Amino acid sequence: MEKTYYHPDDLKKFGNISEFEPKLAEKFFDYYRHVFKDGALSEKEKALIALAVAHAVQCPYCIDAYTQESVTKGFSEAQLMEAVHVAAAIRGGASLVHGVQMMNKAKKIMM
Amino acid sequence: MNASEKALQQTEAISSLSDYVLLEIQNKKIPSFFEVLKKNGNPPPISTHIDVFQVNLGYLCNQTCKHCHVEAGPSRKEIMSKETMQVCLDIIKENAFRCVDITGGAPEMNPHFRWFVEEIRKTKIKELIVRCNLTIILANANYHDLPEFFKNNSVHIVSSLPFYNALRTDRQRGNGVFEKSIQALQMLNKIGYGIEKHLILDLVYNPNGAFLSANQKKLEEEYKTELFKTYNISFHHLIAIHNMPINRFLEYLINSGNYEDYMSMLVSSYNPETLNGLMCKNTISVAWNGNLYDCDFNQMLQLPLTVAGQTLFNFNINHLKHRQIATGKHCFGCTAGSGSSCQGSLTE
Repeated sequence: MEKTYYHPDDLKKFGNISEFEPKLAEKFFDYYRHVFKDGALSEKEKALIALAVAHAVQCPYCIDAYTQESVTKGFSEAQLMEAVHVAAAIRGGASLVHGVQMMNKAKKIMM
Repeated sequence: MNASEKALQQTEAISSLSDYVLLEIQNKKIPSFFEVLKKNGNPPPISTHIDVFQVNLGYLCNQTCKHCHVEAGPSRKEIMSKETMQVCLDIIKENAFRCVDITGGAPEMNPHFRWFVEEIRKTKIKELIVRCNLTIILANANYHDLPEFFKNNSVHIVSSLPFYNALRTDRQRGNGVFEKSIQALQMLNKIGYGIEKHLILDLVYNPNGAFLSANQKKLEEEYKTELFKTYNISFHHLIAIHNMPINRFLEYLINSGNYEDYMSMLVSSYNPETLNGLMCKNTISVAWNGNLYDCDFNQMLQLPLTVAGQTLFNFNINHLKHRQIATGKHCFGCTAGSGSSCQGSLTE
């Protein structure tokens, strides 16, 4: 067993997930490739969305991959960080908006 | 110890960059180019003809760019003599090259540059490229008329502009380079370069760090939009190239702890479809001293031709046109992704 849960070299082995279950892996990677192709959104826009989502789901592999991709596609440092702030705002907002649920419940049960 | 400190410690323990690279290959972390060709069933590249006669007029330059594979700069003394240029002219006259491609350094700083260009124009050469760094036009009054000189000699201008903003450009090429480059481009536009069909002005994009070039066509669209919107600048084509892991850029890769990852990326991005378009297959590179090489990168590495004894001074096209190319691990830079060459990407 590895001494750490995350290892940068594992990113290069992502494709190896097909070893245990090839059919689903093939379907997933085929889907993945199509998702990132130019469509109503450009490949470039999708890379920055992926970077923001990577921060929201806190995936170090995805952060590594989509920082590289976003820089390659020409985004500036300021644009990269603004994308992270979007992720942070949504994550923060997602917690805070549940405050309404908390308030509803509290008000219901308190005199 | 962070990655950068570790890399610095490693480089201190090793006497030279080439030793470092050799050590990496010996450690089997990075396969040789030959091994990858063999693994993919691709034969070693062989030139098909000589279409482009690329002449490096010397390593003297007014800039000292961080990524420069030539390691050019104001202190370099190696420049081509007029006698050697005359030998080039004799060879150009005797052979049916399509294109003469003049590079450096800043080739305009060679005192015989203008004579050489004018003499080439008296030959039957169809295309004459000058790789102009743009800032030389503003460097001093002696160069301010270069745009007119280029126009009078129907020169195809190819100029580096690593990005369409100052931050990325100046980090790579030095403070103030972007602003001067913009001024030079406006001067060129003013006399028709980049606008009129026959006054070709192409720009060169190269990544300002340890990553590959993005899609050339899309980058060209962005460059055209941004440069026109902000500076009213037009140009014809964008040439997107990868940085080769040699000289200053190699030094940067090692010192920043990016060498292994960059090389792994080049190797894993190996694309056999680029092989037919490799520039070494139709180019001969002439050094300032008359030595011949398969490409400008081999020239800087002093990686000799596989054809022994051939120099400018005993040039024999029959010995050179179907030569086996001398390769090294830097060749992964030309075969990665969409490929890379002095003419840009090699595949869509």
